[in-house]
Amino acid sequence: MSDIAKVQNAVMSASFLKRFGPWLLLALGLIVLPFFFSSNIAVYTMNLMGIFIIFALSYNMLLGQGGMLSFGHAVYFGLGGFMSVHFMNYIEADIFVVPVVIVPIFGGLIGLLFAVIVGSFSTRRAGTVFAMISLGIGELIASCSLIFVAFFGGEEGISADRTMGPEVMGVDFAQDIEVYYLIAVWAFITIALMYLFSRTPMGRMANAVRDNDERIEFIGYSQRKVRFISFCASGFFAGIAGGLFAINFEIVTEENLNALTSGVVLLMAYIGGVGFFVGPIVGAVVFTLLQTLLSNYTEIWQLYVGVLFVSTVMYAPQGLTGLIAMHIPAFKMKRLRVLAVPYVRAGIPTLLLLAGISGFLETIHHVRSAAVGETTMSLLGIEFDTHTIMPWIIIAVLVVVGGYLTKTQMPQLREAWDEANAPLKSDEGGAS
Amino acid sequence: MSSAIKLDELRKSFGPTEIIRGVNLDIKKGERHAIIGPNGAGKSTLFHLISGRYNLSGGHVSLNGEEISNLPPYEIYRKGLSRSFQVTNIFPILSVFENVRCSLMWSEDYKYSFWHLVDRERKLNDRAAEVLEEIGLTSRQHVPAGVLTYAEQRALEIGLAAAGGADVIMLDEPTAGMSHSETDQAIELIRRITVGKTLVMVEHDMGVVFDLADRISVLVYGEIIATDTPENIRNNKAVQEAYLGVEAEHA
Repeated sequence: MSDIAKVQNAVMSASFLKRFGPWLLLALGLIVLPFFFSSNIAVYTMNLMGIFIIFALSYNMLLGQGGMLSFGHAVYFGLGGFMSVHFMNYIEADIFVVPVVIVPIFGGLIGLLFAVIVGSFSTRRAGTVFAMISLGIGELIASCSLIFVAFFGGEEGISADRTMGPEVMGVDFAQDIEVYYLIAVWAFITIALMYLFSRTPMGRMANAVRDNDERIEFIGYSQRKVRFISFCASGFFAGIAGGLFAINFEIVTEENLNALTSGVVLLMAYIGGVGFFVGPIVGAVVFTLLQTLLSNYTEIWQLYVGVLFVSTVMYAPQGLTGLIAMHIPAFKMKRLRVLAVPYVRAGIPTLLLLAGISGFLETIHHVRSAAVGETTMSLLGIEFDTHTIMPWIIIAVLVVVGGYLTKTQMPQLREAWDEANAPLKSDEGGAS
Repeated sequence: MSSAIKLDELRKSFGPTEIIRGVNLDIKKGERHAIIGPNGAGKSTLFHLISGRYNLSGGHVSLNGEEISNLPPYEIYRKGLSRSFQVTNIFPILSVFENVRCSLMWSEDYKYSFWHLVDRERKLNDRAAEVLEEIGLTSRQHVPAGVLTYAEQRALEIGLAAAGGADVIMLDEPTAGMSHSETDQAIELIRRITVGKTLVMVEHDMGVVFDLADRISVLVYGEIIATDTPENIRNNKAVQEAYLGVEAEHA
């Protein structure tokens, strides 16, 4: 008896760990991160990351889970941001006093409100029609922001002061690190809510609509209503992200709701992988790192992000998360080691090739944009004169040799991949 | 016995072409009714009209005495009519289990709920497992539906149509493209899931039709030329001429 009870307990705790483990880990990670990365730039980056994670996840409720390609999701993010900035100003003017902590809710509500309005006509069909309407609405709201100056503040936007609200537990959000914890709490709550949403009947029907919007009507559901509800939920969470953006930066401008921001969120979700719940989280983290760190080293970081996006679309449509997930079968069969050497053998020449290509781009960029007469540039700490022949020869050698070796190493990598993913012998025999 | 489906002067045109040209049909509650006819006779179109996929050009459809003409498909489904498709029409990325669970969601009264967690709903999941057992896909429940074999997809297709507990089930060529043994299994499955229900099916395989149907309607060029028991249909002169391609001899 006691043995059975023990086994049951073990099973129970295992399933408990399985169910809540990732969440505990997430919470713990959010709490301890600032202890490891405590510089100003790190906190700045993490704050932006948190905001973008919520934003990208809300976007994926449309794209990955609902099959709706939106080119105007920044509308709900930006409007949520503007509303929150106004709320912070109301707080400052003693018109409507609430703690700053709950301001993002109002951002969410305005996102929801506009999603209800736009969704009421845009969710009739998915596909091209939906995409075109989202693009049109995006342009419409962006141009409104220069017309209705009272609400949008024209070109300079609206700014506010987040420290004016009533203090909660003695925190007035004067420090970025305090805002970090505010964003972390909101991120945890919204990630959990969006995850839970995907596990509800509604979330499941959103997947079904994505898969086959015709058949869903023959099992009792209106495709339009399913899309509409997903759309509203997505707008709500985007608005919350916008509210956090407003609190973090204390300014919101037209740029936060225009097509550029809509493009950024699409990029983040896609690079991370729209087919996985965690995909947009990965995408937001990678994108923010590229944006804040890579931009310290190179002026053409956006070009690299663009190349990353295009190569994701072409070669890894499942995104970065998909690339990791590809290795799970081999990992389960304990065969990842088979891949280590082939990866190194293919990886080194690939790095050479990439170094050559980016060296070429950087040097070209320097030649075109540097001040007249300035011909020395520095790359990876190496100084050289762009108007001599030597750097170009090195670049050419890197590209040609790297490219050739990469090509010759590919067959062995493919072979190793097949070997690592071959079905287990016992499976072939039919035994478990 | 009262009628499950009643068609009254049903018409459908695509542009100038009239595909369904005044169909009258009365399908009784609890019967197994087959619709047969040569290619291009309009059988699938008739199905689409009844199930709400196409709008009518004229006439009326009623389900259990209630008018359902031109209602959207989901309204018709909610009134108790469920159908399958000739070309497999499932949710390819969702798992097989998820496919079945989705098809149960409305009848188990979850509607558009975002306050239930599907994995916690024991009754829903038990019911989904039952349906999977019934259609013989229990061992395949975790794979994406898109990778099932053709016969398995057909079984799932029937399962999706039958799972929700609708009392009128319409199957559009359920055995199309199946081998002999697969067809036999499919017939068994159809027999099991339609006990106590009304079945309307389009079928090309005469063996299946004569095996399953209580009554048969013959649709030729958008008109029903005969509705009768299998025995009488087999001996019907007009049917033999029209359907079996025997030239009618005009006087």
